Amino acid sequence: MSEVPDSQHVLDDVVQREYQYGFSSDIEQELLEKGLSEDTVRFISAKKQEPEWMLEWRLEAFRTWQRMKEPTWPNVTYPVIDFQDIIYWAAPKKKEGPASLDEVDPELLATFEKLGIPLDEQKMLTGVAVDAVLDSVSVKTTFQEALKKVGVIFCPMSEAIQEHPDLVRRYLGSVVPVGDNFYAALNSAVFSDGSFVYIPKGVRCPMELSTYFRINARNTGQFERTLIIADEGSYVSYLEGCTAPQRDENQLHAAVVELVAHQDAEIKYSTVQNWYPGDAEGKGGIYNFVTKRGICEGARSKISWTQVETGSAVTWKYPSCVLKGDHSIGEFYSVAVTNHYQQADTGTKMIHIGKNTRSRIVSKGISAGRSQNSYRGLVRMNATATNGWNYSQCDSLLIGDQCGAHTFPYLETANSTATVEHEATTSKIGEDMLFYCNQRGIDTEAAVALIVNGYARDVINQLPMEFAVEAQKLLAISLEGSVG
Amino acid sequence: MTPILEITNLHASIDGTEILKGINLTIQPGEVHAVMGPNGSGKSTLASVLAGREEYTVTEGTVVFHGHDLLDMSPEDRAREGLFLAFQYPVEIPGVSTANFLKSAVNAQRAHRGLSPLEPAEFLALMKERMALVEMNPAFLQRSLNEGFSGGEKKRNEIFQMAMLEPTLAILDETDSGLDIDALRIVANGVNAQRTPHNGMIVITHYQRLLNYIVPDVVHVLWNGRIVRTGGKDLALTLEERGYDWIKTESSVEA
Ligand SMILES: Nc1ncnc2c1ncn2[C@@H]1O[C@H](COP(=O)(O)OP(=O)(O)O)[C@@H](O)[C@H]1O
Ligand SMILES: [Mg+2]
Repeated sequence: MSEVPDSQHVLDDVVQREYQYGFSSDIEQELLEKGLSEDTVRFISAKKQEPEWMLEWRLEAFRTWQRMKEPTWPNVTYPVIDFQDIIYWAAPKKKEGPASLDEVDPELLATFEKLGIPLDEQKMLTGVAVDAVLDSVSVKTTFQEALKKVGVIFCPMSEAIQEHPDLVRRYLGSVVPVGDNFYAALNSAVFSDGSFVYIPKGVRCPMELSTYFRINARNTGQFERTLIIADEGSYVSYLEGCTAPQRDENQLHAAVVELVAHQDAEIKYSTVQNWYPGDAEGKGGIYNFVTKRGICEGARSKISWTQVETGSAVTWKYPSCVLKGDHSIGEFYSVAVTNHYQQADTGTKMIHIGKNTRSRIVSKGISAGRSQNSYRGLVRMNATATNGWNYSQCDSLLIGDQCGAHTFPYLETANSTATVEHEATTSKIGEDMLFYCNQRGIDTEAAVALIVNGYARDVINQLPMEFAVEAQKLLAISLEGSVG
Repeated sequence: MTPILEITNLHASIDGTEILKGINLTIQPGEVHAVMGPNGSGKSTLASVLAGREEYTVTEGTVVFHGHDLLDMSPEDRAREGLFLAFQYPVEIPGVSTANFLKSAVNAQRAHRGLSPLEPAEFLALMKERMALVEMNPAFLQRSLNEGFSGGEKKRNEIFQMAMLEPTLAILDETDSGLDIDALRIVANGVNAQRTPHNGMIVITHYQRLLNYIVPDVVHVLWNGRIVRTGGKDLALTLEERGYDWIKTESSVEA
């Protein structure tokens, strides 16, 4: 059978009740004091021994940020964030940047091992190279040598600034400008690490690239920065995963991801977002305010975003595509699950500029408990987007009657030859469906997992195989206890 | 011999309205009982109460299943203990393939009996064998459960699931409705193939037609929440000839 993910594994694992990544590790860390000023920015830049141009770039971002206001339009509510009450730098002691495996603190390796991300190349999933980021720094990037042989650069952003300044200067901020929005500006000023990927002309990246982000330190914010450049005719599939300890206080995560696809290149970017969502009463959890945008720069290029969002207390995130090259393609596949008191306002923007550009949006929202789940999507057909085409499908699934699902589609068309189709449905997991499963011997918890995975199948199928199974488990786990 | 099922003076209501008003029914191993009756007489209610639907409240009476109190069990435990309901209106589950659904069901039931999950190859082979009983195309395995199935295909799928789960008590609720004569014969053959000296069946039907193919040992007539007549297979023929009005008149006289 060609059934993608094996639900049985998923169901077997459903017995686990709690957020299973909630542990924190006792790693000796160097922490900066709380607070944000130009000095903080200078400190971070100095820590990373950055060149002058990088510091200037950060300071410019900081000054821009100071003039900006926090956005209030998303359909989420949370207490005012005190940006002076956050630590902007936390790094495992002594190591600067990545190292060979035997130089890495064993406690760090154990942490990632416990998260299911062994950093020993022998033990890893074959065909997946990993950059492991803990709090503000990259701990280890695997398979770098193997990738170098085909000319692929996969390294921590801090290393790229040192080793590949021309590429970084050319592309950093080219898709998400410094002043794009409040959190992008903040990130630009204080970003600590993240991944940098460059795929040379005509190269099909021989393995999946993946970054695993882990927040460990208390009271710190995580501001990662990822930049992926696919040169002409190249292909890369990249996956990002993330978890954080279970803590009563909220923690801020504000990332920026930029993708650039040149002519005939393709970037497939997948996310399994599992930041700590807070407890059943809504206490604690991550504020996940993220800017992700890709540009299809060249003709026939393609960018595809797939996201499975199960974590975070509050999520605010719109992975977008700017379709500049003629015949370029943008895709957005999303499953966003909210349970308990979680709030998510997520969706995408498809900006059609080139001729014959096409985009597809498939969004599946699943709300349970007292959560609020909003889809917000913009499709814009510029005057130049002759024969532009978009299809959007936005489905909401409700579990219980105390949660909310909302859809905010925005459509702007300046070209009469463009086609835009939008479909939306709202459904509930009905008693009939659950009883039918029960009658076959499937208990309610397993039935919810089965039904939800079925509902999300079109999106899950977009994920690389190894992660599809992981994502299915996550969906099941995050909805435990959602049906009484 | 312990009966498979022993229903004594069962009363059940929904939203405060009493629908079942004292049902008595005992099924011995190997027996097939037909339950007939006009629309609205409470046939589906009886099936739902036995399967454990929460909307119904049992106000009086007992149901003993293989020596255990059935009413005390959750719906999934009833299923795992061998009770199967072929639904009058099977539900659709988008995105969940028939194969995947059945795998969850079969393995949940196996786990209950302390058995390990079936190997994928073994499971696939078993599915193909059992589908053949109702002449179902294996292509259905990859389709979403019941989604876009015709009425007849849904009913076949119910009997296919029954064959996979090998229940000791199967309740078939109007499995004949919506079937043309060929499909009826195929479904009936599938059911008959599953008759053994050890299991029992309750075949709920509105028409006598199905009982030409699935020949019952006992026929009951349910009317207004009570079993008003019990007889052999000939009772079904009498009903066919004289209609339900005959029973209604006689029962009201008796009552
Ligand atoms: N929620 C309800 N409240 C009151 N009466 C109901 C409710 N649901 C079903 N009934 C009644 O229960 C009776 C039995 O229905 P059912 O068991 O489906 O009959 P059958 O299957 O024999 O056609 C019908 O008269 C129906 O109207
Ligand atoms: Mg009925």
